[in-house]
Amino acid sequence: MSTAAAQKSGFLATIWDYLTTVDHKKIAQLYLYTGGFFFLVGGVEAMLIRIQLMKPDNDFLSAGLYNEMITMHGTTMIFLAAMPLIFALMNAVVPLQIGARDVAFPFLNSLGFWLFFFGGVLLNVSWFTGGAPDAGWTNYAPLSTTSPGHGVDYYVMGLQISGAGTLIAGINFLVTIVNMRAPGMTYMRMPLFTWSTFVTSALILFAFPALTVGLFLMMFDRMFGSAFFDVALGGNVIIWEHLFWIFGHPEVYILILPLFGAFSDIFSTFSKKRLFGYSAMVFATVLIGFLGFMVWAHHMFTVGMGPIANSIFAVATMAIAVPTGIKIFNWLFTMWGGQIRMTAAMLWSVAFIPSFTIGGMTGVMLAAAAADYQYHDTYFVVGHFHYVIVGGVAFGLFAGLHYWWPKMFGKILNEKLGKLAFWPFFIGFHLTFFIQHFLGLMGMPRRYWVFLDGQGLNTGNLISTIGAFLMAIGTIIFLINIVYTAFKEPKVGGDPWNGRTLEWAIPSPPPHYNFAQTPLVRGLDPLWVEKMDGKKGMTPSEPLGDIHMPNGSILPFMMSLGMFIAGFGFIYQIDSSSWLIAVFIGMGITLGSMLTRSLKDDLGHHIHKEELERDIKKGAGK
Amino acid sequence: MRGWMGKFRSLFLFGTLALILSGCGKDNLSALKPKGYSSELILDLMLISIAIMIFVFVIVMAIYAFVLVRYRQKKDDEDIIPKQVEGNKALEVIWTVIPIILLLVLAVPTVQATFDLADRSTQDDDGVLTVEVTGNQYWWHFNYKGEEISSSQELYIPTGERVYLDMKASDVLHSFWLPSIAGKMDTLPGENINTMYLEAYEEGVYWGHCTELCGPSHSLMDFRVVAVSQDEFEQLKEDFRNIDPEAKPETDSAVEGQKTFNNKCMSCHAIGNAPMGVGPNLSNFANRERIAGILEPTKENLVSWITNPDEHKPGNKMPANLVDEQQAEEIADYLLQLDHTDVGEDAPTQSEE
Amino acid sequence: MSHDDVLNPKQMPHDPEKATLEGKNKFLGFWFFLGGETVLFASLFGTYLALNGSTQGENTPEHLFGLELVFIMTMLLLTSSLTSVYAMYHMKNHNFQKMQLWLVITVLLGLGFLGCEIYEFMHYIHEYEFTFRSSAFGSAFYTLVGFHGGHVLFGLSWITALIIRNQKRGLNLYNAPKYYIASLYWHFIDVVWVFIFTVVYLMGKVG
Repeated sequence: MSTAAAQKSGFLATIWDYLTTVDHKKIAQLYLYTGGFFFLVGGVEAMLIRIQLMKPDNDFLSAGLYNEMITMHGTTMIFLAAMPLIFALMNAVVPLQIGARDVAFPFLNSLGFWLFFFGGVLLNVSWFTGGAPDAGWTNYAPLSTTSPGHGVDYYVMGLQISGAGTLIAGINFLVTIVNMRAPGMTYMRMPLFTWSTFVTSALILFAFPALTVGLFLMMFDRMFGSAFFDVALGGNVIIWEHLFWIFGHPEVYILILPLFGAFSDIFSTFSKKRLFGYSAMVFATVLIGFLGFMVWAHHMFTVGMGPIANSIFAVATMAIAVPTGIKIFNWLFTMWGGQIRMTAAMLWSVAFIPSFTIGGMTGVMLAAAAADYQYHDTYFVVGHFHYVIVGGVAFGLFAGLHYWWPKMFGKILNEKLGKLAFWPFFIGFHLTFFIQHFLGLMGMPRRYWVFLDGQGLNTGNLISTIGAFLMAIGTIIFLINIVYTAFKEPKVGGDPWNGRTLEWAIPSPPPHYNFAQTPLVRGLDPLWVEKMDGKKGMTPSEPLGDIHMPNGSILPFMMSLGMFIAGFGFIYQIDSSSWLIAVFIGMGITLGSMLTRSLKDDLGHHIHKEELERDIKKGAGK
Repeated sequence: MRGWMGKFRSLFLFGTLALILSGCGKDNLSALKPKGYSSELILDLMLISIAIMIFVFVIVMAIYAFVLVRYRQKKDDEDIIPKQVEGNKALEVIWTVIPIILLLVLAVPTVQATFDLADRSTQDDDGVLTVEVTGNQYWWHFNYKGEEISSSQELYIPTGERVYLDMKASDVLHSFWLPSIAGKMDTLPGENINTMYLEAYEEGVYWGHCTELCGPSHSLMDFRVVAVSQDEFEQLKEDFRNIDPEAKPETDSAVEGQKTFNNKCMSCHAIGNAPMGVGPNLSNFANRERIAGILEPTKENLVSWITNPDEHKPGNKMPANLVDEQQAEEIADYLLQLDHTDVGEDAPTQSEE
Repeated sequence: MSHDDVLNPKQMPHDPEKATLEGKNKFLGFWFFLGGETVLFASLFGTYLALNGSTQGENTPEHLFGLELVFIMTMLLLTSSLTSVYAMYHMKNHNFQKMQLWLVITVLLGLGFLGCEIYEFMHYIHEYEFTFRSSAFGSAFYTLVGFHGGHVLFGLSWITALIIRNQKRGLNLYNAPKYYIASLYWHFIDVVWVFIFTVVYLMGKVG
């Protein structure tokens, strides 16, 4: 908070500010830094995997270490890189797009971040304490329940803690979007990014509890001797697969939908046209979200569910191609007849279309259950999901970051460097993953530590590794761009792209109350509507007055820290019951903080009208 | 299914596609070079789906290329404001309905093939072979139901008929994948038995992999399926039934090896017909195409494997240094003369190419 | 709305739990949260149904369960749900002390339920040696019913904390939403119990 920050000074004050902040824009930055860091960690893991698979019979990594590497690469990229980076964009943008001053639960927003943060740290601590989890990111029982050491325990506790954070964030965005919209911002006027955030949040809400339960069962089996997955005592290992994929399949839509939203906004802005078929796009988003829950078992075609179940899930899965196709065509026709400006953000978005189309088509191929008996668990699948996750999610994150960077930091990322980063990444991406489809069909299963010489797999793997290095080069250039931009690029105004939606109606970066006066929304693309009416900015819907804002708090940090400590306690009480002390201390900190939060009144504070007027005079707040 | 697909394959696109794809991968390993009923059925399904997908991709890319070339902003056009089109009902209906039709075209053969591959109607008929397959860390065991014979690592099947596999795992999940003959099926610990069938068209040695992450040596859990003619298969059954585990080897070294083997190795391994042990059954070892599924069958490799198995297959259950170098060589001599049958020796294999 | 309006409203509105934006957010957010909780329990029920036959030949549901105790527990919990409705009724009538009283009764009934459940578990463990570790059915049973028991415990602590914290200062627009969602939570626990009673106990006894 500005007042608190003013009282202290310097570096420590900044740290304290970020530890206690409940401002969605600062939390967005926290998500961005942490998610970005884990993205690099996951990227290094990917490079090590590709180096190991550069040539046949390689011994660059040991077998055990390789399994830890693939497990952590998948887990890190999904839970600790992609999700938080998406949350960074959501936090930075969604409240602005609906004309809100903050999210519905600023305190929970902070709690969600810190839970994710400590969960992610806990998971990665495993590298330094005798071995990371090694049963794959899907963590199938009984390999996971019988895996020696504490790696899988770290997986269970780390994901449980960060998963709780994600669930909280999901509820927060749902309520924010339902309750906090500015006057006139009806559902059918919401930008697509907000819409997709809404659907994604609903998916999080209904998907994550299945993972929570799965992780609990896994935790009980490993730590407290229960028998859910122990066939000797009547357990059933398939329960884990079902619970995991009831969560896991919606999870892939949780990852891609927000970026579908981002692409929609970007295509529209840089084509200078409203989104083609807006209501169809909304409908398609909702439909994809809904169907996302009906298809989890297509990950389990070879488990032996029988032809009836396999057929049903096959056809249901194919159905998802229809709304996805609608989206692709709507994007194309948004550009049709427009004035396309090929900025870096647009370049990533344009590159997304063919990449994701290929990923979607291999998805339909995989949905053909009988054919999946060949594809399943081979490099074909690895190729497919990297086409959707890199070609969709990673491209989307790069596009979204380029697009909203000026809103978050007040500067446009250098365009030249942005394009320079794009090309090696784009070419490297196709080199790495296109060939993997063929490798799979030629007989290379996934999660293979080595492949043998003389099986015709050498060239393909070498090409794939070369591509991975190109992707790494692209990522490094992007990082250089961030540093370069921070030091060399000039500040820009509130609306550098000739934007259409509400976030571009306020300064960059926005004041911490976002809108000095809540705007009145008069149509889809509200800022564009005003621009076409010859106005410079939004019409306010209220007179200038005091603004109520929430107070910062250290409690979210403390609650999460308590969970972190308790996590260690749970992991190591298997070895020695004296570790139960850590459980009690950790849970004590968490529950104590919760009680404090519950009993101590926290009504927030007001920013006074005079302060707002001062800000407006300085050119902010409008 | 095969019948009407056969006609389709002659169509130009299919023919070209099939030709291009068949250039990929090694014989007897690649899913793109089918040599059995299931893999051929699946390849046909793949070709249908690829054809549909390429059709869609070409359309998308045509529009895409046109849009990007035609509607780029020109230098002086920065003030132009394009028409703000809301949508187009007709177009939207078209790109909803056509994909649905295309998916139906794919869904019908998918469902047909899925049921076809799950067909078990002949399993209980007379003379139909069922093999009980067990996946172990990191080897495969095959018990020929009702035949009183068993083998490990290499599965023998007759060509031209369906052989059913009743599959389970003894420890963690595994998955049995034989790309050139059939697809794959997971093996589960506990009560669940999964069934699939193999039907090989030609004689040959086919390569299979484990495709479900099962520990450090997951990638080293290879197996072979040796398809032989039906007459030869009868001969093989006969030969396997007659294996005498106590048969005396010819050389002195092998005799010594047999003694040590019987002393130190028999608690886990077996030769001849025996229930599945902790380690693989070593019947007909001399004719194995690979040692432990992965190593070239030389004496040097075998000795190295016996003295230090963990170096070749990390995390496997066979203890290191159970015998000294000298004993290992003797055991190798013993094992490499376990030539229990001539059947399958001349079957074409991938590694010959 | 100034802080004073929230803490000492001059006139209480009819729906004090939804009078502020914070209150509305809490109300809606909690409904969403219960949606997530539903999936959580659905997953647990699914697991239980998959494993309730895996008894390893001993301590089957028919053998273990006695419906008398479970019936009493059901009555206790159903009644406590009703008493919490009374409490909310008095909140809408702005009768703070009566609301507190009915909540105290709710807590007492909940404690009674929890006591019975602990007795039941002890009984199974000591009389039948039926534990969390004895079979997959044991794990599934204790996990499902125990998760519900944990929710009861959390709900009781929550309501108790609210009762004590606000006893002196009475109802206002700041704590009304807190009371309201606590009672929502309590109803949810009750609904889950109805399913447990049916799926675990009745079906266990009958089929």
